[in-house]
Amino acid sequence: MVDDLYQETILDHTKHPRNCHAMADATRSAEGYNPLCGDKLKLFIKMDGDVVKDASFLGSGCAISTASASLMTESLKGKTREEALKLLEKFHDLLTTDSPVTKDMGKLVVFCGVRDYPARVKCATLAWHTLKSALGEAPETVTTE
Amino acid sequence: MSTVRSEIAAGFDVQKVREDFPVLKQTIHGMPLVYLDSAATAQKPFAVIDAIRKFHEVDCANIHRGVHELSQRSTAAYEETRSKARRFLNARFKNELIFVRGTTEGINLVASSWGRHNVKAGDEIVISAMEHHSNIVPWQMLCEEQGAKLRVIPMNGRGELILEEYEKLLNPRTRMVAVAHVSNALGTINPVGQIIEMAHQAGALALIDGAQAAPHMKVDVQALDADFYAISGHKIMGPTGIGLLYGKTALLNAMPPYQGGGDMIKTVTFEKTTYADLPYKFEAGTPNIAGGIGLGAAFDYLNHLGLDRIAAYEHELLVYGTEALLQIPGLRIIGTAREKAAVLSFVIEGIHPHDIGTVLDRQGIAVRTGHHCAQPVMDWFHVPATTRASLAFYNTTSEIDALTAGLKKVKEIFS
Repeated sequence: MVDDLYQETILDHTKHPRNCHAMADATRSAEGYNPLCGDKLKLFIKMDGDVVKDASFLGSGCAISTASASLMTESLKGKTREEALKLLEKFHDLLTTDSPVTKDMGKLVVFCGVRDYPARVKCATLAWHTLKSALGEAPETVTTE
Repeated sequence: MSTVRSEIAAGFDVQKVREDFPVLKQTIHGMPLVYLDSAATAQKPFAVIDAIRKFHEVDCANIHRGVHELSQRSTAAYEETRSKARRFLNARFKNELIFVRGTTEGINLVASSWGRHNVKAGDEIVISAMEHHSNIVPWQMLCEEQGAKLRVIPMNGRGELILEEYEKLLNPRTRMVAVAHVSNALGTINPVGQIIEMAHQAGALALIDGAQAAPHMKVDVQALDADFYAISGHKIMGPTGIGLLYGKTALLNAMPPYQGGGDMIKTVTFEKTTYADLPYKFEAGTPNIAGGIGLGAAFDYLNHLGLDRIAAYEHELLVYGTEALLQIPGLRIIGTAREKAAVLSFVIEGIHPHDIGTVLDRQGIAVRTGHHCAQPVMDWFHVPATTRASLAFYNTTSEIDALTAGLKKVKEIFS
């Protein structure tokens, strides 16, 4: 049922997104766009050497993309660049493959329901695509297409 | 007028009509399918499915070529659709009907073939604020190439074109006015007869995007005095990949071919090629024969039901659906034109259309969410996207009840 997709944690982060603000002293930022639904997102990262010290976002989107950005910014803090990119890969696998859910993903496992909604995978990955760009792994503005 | 419409609608046996559409008899996620996305593509009746099947099973051959029996049969069936299209749109001659892939290709044909030879630097093309991307981008490309200017008729808060503003846009540099008969995103029925007349008075031509009008109302290209009128087969219960462009004979004759290839020539030598007469000049290559034959069956089917009865019944559905949706707190209908086809585009405060679409889908209800290939319309109304329930004559009031019940569930989840 649809409750598998809109789990409580997701609804909570949709209604009360965390880290949803601009960041004046960000060291990196990037923009993401989903042309399919018009969702736009701006991501701010503050790096301290190789470590993500702070992360925030601004944007308008659906419940899934907003919750995903909110939970992503929470989970990034304190991670090294390499760890962040690894998490991105795992998150992508969580959404697009049948691989078993691993414990080290923390709260992000609430997105496992998305794999049953192929049309919504892009909503969940928009923030993460944008992260890739903020970390210099993709062009400055990314689209999910 | 509305009493007459109600009486006609009352005689419409929707349950019997639904028997003609096999796709409707299924469950989605355990719930009966409620298909409310006919403006994207309409479902197909047995008559169309059977005609395509019969072509492949019995008559399959290329057209216009062979002397053998099958080729003659397929040619006759395909060309018969052209005659049916002439009657459907009330064109004067069947050679004024060009087979294309759909409305988009029809518009591109005109923008490319007519446009490049008639639009010069400093000329102007007028479109409207509610156009589908397919009636924006081809003209934009033409304007960029020729150094012409694209001008846009604005609309009011209901989603109706402002004709006084349109009048101000017209001038001796205006070459073409291209507008939708019915807006896919808003449902607005535009007064295209008047729009065409005003274009002609200014010395311009008029092209009408008829994709959303043809399934819902009687179209008479002669009465409208349209110079070009484009329709898509799949919006009128026919197959995808086939449509028609109507153009006045004199205009079509004066235009160069759109694409080169087989079937569009009289003679070919390496020095010179002479082109075929209308309509074949614009029909290079083997077309979508099965699609054309299926479209012929769709014309028959719609004629059998009667466009007047269809329009009357759909209007009743629209009135019922509008009232039902307005009962939902926080819901705003986008597009409230006084003359409207059965399209219900709406937003619900605080809930993104994609979430609405997903929750409805799990209840078996198919709606379209997004910008409906009309991003400028979304920008005008300051919404990123809408949810759109588009109705057809096979929909019922109980399906609209299912939609409102589904929306209540949406509100429960996200409140």
